[in-house]
Amino acid sequence: MTLPSPPMSLLAELTHRCPLSCPYCSNPLELERKAAELDTASWTAVLEQAAELGVLQVHFSGGEPMARPDLVELVSVAQKLNLYSNLITSGVLLDEPKLEALDRAGLDHIQLSFQDVTEAGAERIGGLKGAQARKIAAARLIRASGIPMTLNFVVHRENVARIPEMFALARELGAGRVEIAHTQYYGWGLKNRDALLPSRDQLEESTRAVEAERAKGGLSIDYVTPDYHADRPKPCMGGWGQRFVNVTPSGRVLPCHAAEIIPDVAFPNVKDVTLSEIWNLSPLFNMFRGTDWMPEPCRSCERKERDWGGCRCQALALTGNAANTDPVCSLSPFHNLVEKAATGVPEKPELLYRRF
Amino acid sequence: MTEAPHIVTEETVLSFARGHRLQHDRVRDVWIVQAPEKAFVIEGAAPHILRLLDGKRSVGDIIQQLAIEFSAPREVIAKDVLALLSELTEKNVLHT
Repeated sequence: MTLPSPPMSLLAELTHRCPLSCPYCSNPLELERKAAELDTASWTAVLEQAAELGVLQVHFSGGEPMARPDLVELVSVAQKLNLYSNLITSGVLLDEPKLEALDRAGLDHIQLSFQDVTEAGAERIGGLKGAQARKIAAARLIRASGIPMTLNFVVHRENVARIPEMFALARELGAGRVEIAHTQYYGWGLKNRDALLPSRDQLEESTRAVEAERAKGGLSIDYVTPDYHADRPKPCMGGWGQRFVNVTPSGRVLPCHAAEIIPDVAFPNVKDVTLSEIWNLSPLFNMFRGTDWMPEPCRSCERKERDWGGCRCQALALTGNAANTDPVCSLSPFHNLVEKAATGVPEKPELLYRRF
Repeated sequence: MTEAPHIVTEETVLSFARGHRLQHDRVRDVWIVQAPEKAFVIEGAAPHILRLLDGKRSVGDIIQQLAIEFSAPREVIAKDVLALLSELTEKNVLHT
């Protein structure tokens, strides 16, 4: 048999612990506790196996990866392995000595998250008093260090109107890149969907704001749209088991960070098996790889190698079966579920914050 | 000497901008440029050109060296080198 092509990126979720409690957190509903976290030697082995397998970039994420005291050591391991290292952080634990240590260890890039441009908006989402000022201070330290920086803004109904101010903040803070990412509705996001999902008008306005900023130049912009208003699904993760590998704090290896909801399959762990065996041979990674697993209408669709059938986790969460066509697709028999959520006028529900 | 920004000439001295680097991917046996949150494959003459960027050599020196190495006419090499380096400078992968 031919082996699948190797992954490009490793998402290393070092911990699920985080000082913030954003209601759209991408971590699973069942958060892993500190006692279950892999130790430094295990993470080092993961990085070595990832480089050996063909991973080019490692994204140190969480939770808040800076809650791990061994972060600098792991960045240094990545550097020795020639892995491009990216730190995905909220910035609230960052100070000058820590940044200097990360810089010396060879950190290549930082993605700094902001919840909003206003203090009130940021605290309403992140739940941490004073976070905004700490993030701004972190951004200035990063700028002064010279480490390239991307600002990440997750947008939703409450802050989507402030996208122009988000770009202004990014320019003021000297970020080279900005990511405007509409909330993705899995896990915590799905629980809060009716409070967060923007209207179609809001989505169109946000797209116009992004295009207007692109036209100005000088800032590299990544824009992630919410698929609830789309007719065709996104190529989730670039295809299941094709480009990305995710390792959770306790060492579970997943094709995407939401995949732990998939039923009736074993989740392999780096404590038991090597990353290469998991990537190449595990039932989990092979269950939705390529196109053989597809039902109709995907199987005979000309787009099947472009969108790879969309998102398995979304299919499961909304239709009850992960092997169904992503219901975002207008050809899915379940598309009405997405339309209903996207066009309904819900009351204003309370936000449910992430917690252990 | 007055020059418009982002115009690469034979006098320009370039290096990779912070957060960008040339790397050989030994698993796939291709050359790549690592960049913030992406990596892209480069082919043909590009790896030979980019490996000579050290922040000291001028673009003219690089053209000269490649013309000798590949026994090719200097003007042919110069065209390729200037096109590639201008493009990557525009994209902020390289800087002066």
